[in-house]
Amino acid sequence: MLDKILFLLCLASALADERCMPDTPHGFQVRLSIKTALGDEAYVWNENEMFLFRASLAFAMRNHMNGQQFEVSNIIVCNETMRVSFWFIVTSPLDTSQLIDQENVEAAIRQSRNRINSAFLLTDKTLEFVDILPTLATLYTHPTPPWLIVFGVVMGAVGAGIIIMLVSSVVQKKRKTNGKPQDKDDDEETRVKTVENGDAHDGVHNMSFSEDERFTKM
Amino acid sequence: IMKLRLSNPGLDDRILSHQQLDKLEEDEAGDRPKWDNKAQYMLSCVGFCVGLGNVWRFPYLCQSHGGGAFMIPFLILLVLEGIPLLHLEFAIGQRLRAGSMGVWSEIHPYLAGIRIASMCISLTVSLYYNTIIAWIMWYFFNSFQDPLPWSQCPMDASLTGFVSECERSSPVDYFWYRKTLNTPPTIEEDGGLQWWILLCHICAWSVLYICTIRGIETTGKAVYVTSTLPYVVLTIFLIRGLTLKGSLNGIKFLFTPDLTELAKPTTWLDAGAQVFYSFFGGLISFSSYNSVHNNCEQDAVIISIINGLTAVYAATVIYTIIGFRATERFDNCLSGNILALLNAFDMAEGSITDNHYNQVVQRLNETHPEVIQGIDLKTCDLTTFLSEGVEGTGLAFIVFTEAITKMPLSPLWSVLFFIMLFCLGLSSMFGSIEGILVSVQDLKVFPKTLPKEAITGVICALCCLVGLIFVLGSGNYWLSLFDTYGASIALLVVAFCEMISVVYIYGIDRFNNDIKFMIGHRPNFFWKASWRVISPLIVFLILVFYLVTKVSEKLLYKAWDPELEKFPTLEVKLYPHWIYVIIFILAGIPSLAIPFAAIWKCLQKKRRKNQI
Repeated sequence: MLDKILFLLCLASALADERCMPDTPHGFQVRLSIKTALGDEAYVWNENEMFLFRASLAFAMRNHMNGQQFEVSNIIVCNETMRVSFWFIVTSPLDTSQLIDQENVEAAIRQSRNRINSAFLLTDKTLEFVDILPTLATLYTHPTPPWLIVFGVVMGAVGAGIIIMLVSSVVQKKRKTNGKPQDKDDDEETRVKTVENGDAHDGVHNMSFSEDERFTKM
Repeated sequence: IMKLRLSNPGLDDRILSHQQLDKLEEDEAGDRPKWDNKAQYMLSCVGFCVGLGNVWRFPYLCQSHGGGAFMIPFLILLVLEGIPLLHLEFAIGQRLRAGSMGVWSEIHPYLAGIRIASMCISLTVSLYYNTIIAWIMWYFFNSFQDPLPWSQCPMDASLTGFVSECERSSPVDYFWYRKTLNTPPTIEEDGGLQWWILLCHICAWSVLYICTIRGIETTGKAVYVTSTLPYVVLTIFLIRGLTLKGSLNGIKFLFTPDLTELAKPTTWLDAGAQVFYSFFGGLISFSSYNSVHNNCEQDAVIISIINGLTAVYAATVIYTIIGFRATERFDNCLSGNILALLNAFDMAEGSITDNHYNQVVQRLNETHPEVIQGIDLKTCDLTTFLSEGVEGTGLAFIVFTEAITKMPLSPLWSVLFFIMLFCLGLSSMFGSIEGILVSVQDLKVFPKTLPKEAITGVICALCCLVGLIFVLGSGNYWLSLFDTYGASIALLVVAFCEMISVVYIYGIDRFNNDIKFMIGHRPNFFWKASWRVISPLIVFLILVFYLVTKVSEKLLYKAWDPELEKFPTLEVKLYPHWIYVIIFILAGIPSLAIPFAAIWKCLQKKRRKNQI
């Protein structure tokens, strides 16, 4: 009896292994680039990490297909390489001979992609599910474009500056025209003074008389 | 050597004598404005000479003409052509105390054509140069966000992928050609006014207006900032650049001399043209505001040295950043290839390193050639990336902006870079606007009662309106047309005529005496030889070369056309036939104005003689 059970189990697992192979229509290839993502802090990929992967995939399947209790054993992995890449397929928890189709698996992974990535400290690029394109991050669109705000500030400052300059030159001119009548009086006074000084200067600098006197003396 | 001198009767009647100049100086009479101090004057001259060309034309010329070896023709021509030209401009301006336009009518009435030509050139340059400043402002306004808008492609309408035009080219290309310029595929389609550039255009002219509102009174204050800030920013970028990976590759690439380039005449002619364009312009106006006994010889030498050193310094800084960008691209290219190989052969990460890459590829090619063919391995060559030689707007708005997105704290570097470009452009604009202002005042176009602020306002508003042509979608094509034909040939003709006028029509003896009067000693043999023979000869040779090359080549322009196969490479297209008319207006009219004005004035004089 025990022999028959053992034989059936082996057969079952052998059957499962056969279904998991490269380019399988029911599964996906996964590629991890741990060293690229983490550099010096990269962890070594071992059986425990693989266990975590299978567990997180089971979690993703549970999230997507409500009610079905996926277990780690439902995630079958094969063809592990040095690259750290492998293929996986997902079996149904109700009937291990049945495989979950690709669309459902893809949808599940898309839904929980972020959680799976963070479990491994990786990103969409470094934890690659081949043929599942990552959803593109939408750029944050500002309600008012920031350039318009800066433009408004600069233009406002320049406009204010121009107005100040024009007003100050108008004020200066007004002060000049108001001050001009007073200046005219000042000018007349100084002119009178220079005339007086001029006479004195002329008297001092007018050498012609003194020279003539010398000559006439001689 | 027999001194050639053309007769110039009546010269003494037109210009102030030495005694009159001294008296003017003592009485501080005359209605010409003055510089507040020597520093303002020097900074204005430096600001005018050091412009966008030092940052984005010189590094390109340097790198494409044999790196370090380009310094040799550049420095030789700086000494033989640049310094004498500068000294000549300073001396004649200081002596005749009139603007760039007025001096020529004073020297001889037949030279009125030089004034007309100068004004046309200044007007042409002012129109398109400020559009470049508008573009710089647009990028500056857009730098106040993180991430920078040119670092990523925007999503398309259905939100499933990126915009196709952006995917096929690059985010920086897309932002420049589509988001900024919105260029149509040909120059005939105008594409309509781009409202965002229109706003920046108005802003640029407003800033220019407020800086030149009272002539050199206000520009003299503005140059304290606009002439010194670029140096500060360049130093910051140098320090930042040297700490980036790959910067030394750039510097090595820039300065590695290739002495075989010295044998090619194009190297010497490009060096000469570069020296010429950075020294020549409205400096006569600037020096006319100086006191008569200012030492213009010393000023000319100092400013030339500063200009030359700035060009080399800017080239170094630019190439540290370009080296960083090229190394980044090279590393990405290599990592991409290595990843493709690892994925194809399922090898462990880190099994192929950058050093062993070539050997590994060779080995794999021998064992599995079909697989290697299947993967699309790109050729990664650092020299190719470094020599993606770009100049002009391509350097500033595409290459440099891309490099900035790769640096940490990108918005800060972007803001600094565009402030620097803004200051460089603005200080060069001061000289052009000053030239136009002085000419308009001398020609007495406006009544004297109109205040200076109003005249400046009218000129700025008119230029702003006419400059709207560059705000159209096809504005970029028009700008490169104006840049290539408007400012180049005519400027060479004007410079040549100016030198001949001063040396042979004004008289080299009189000029030497003037210099003795102004600075205390006669110019030595070097100055005399260069003014009389060497500098005019060099300018003449450059002019002939330019004419020969421009006339013989087909008139082409580079267009951004997403429909074409070779996209994103720019497509070379032929100008339509009506462009020839515009080119003639731009280049021909100023150049031909000089002889025509001379002939017309001669006929006028004869008619007056006949009447009497």
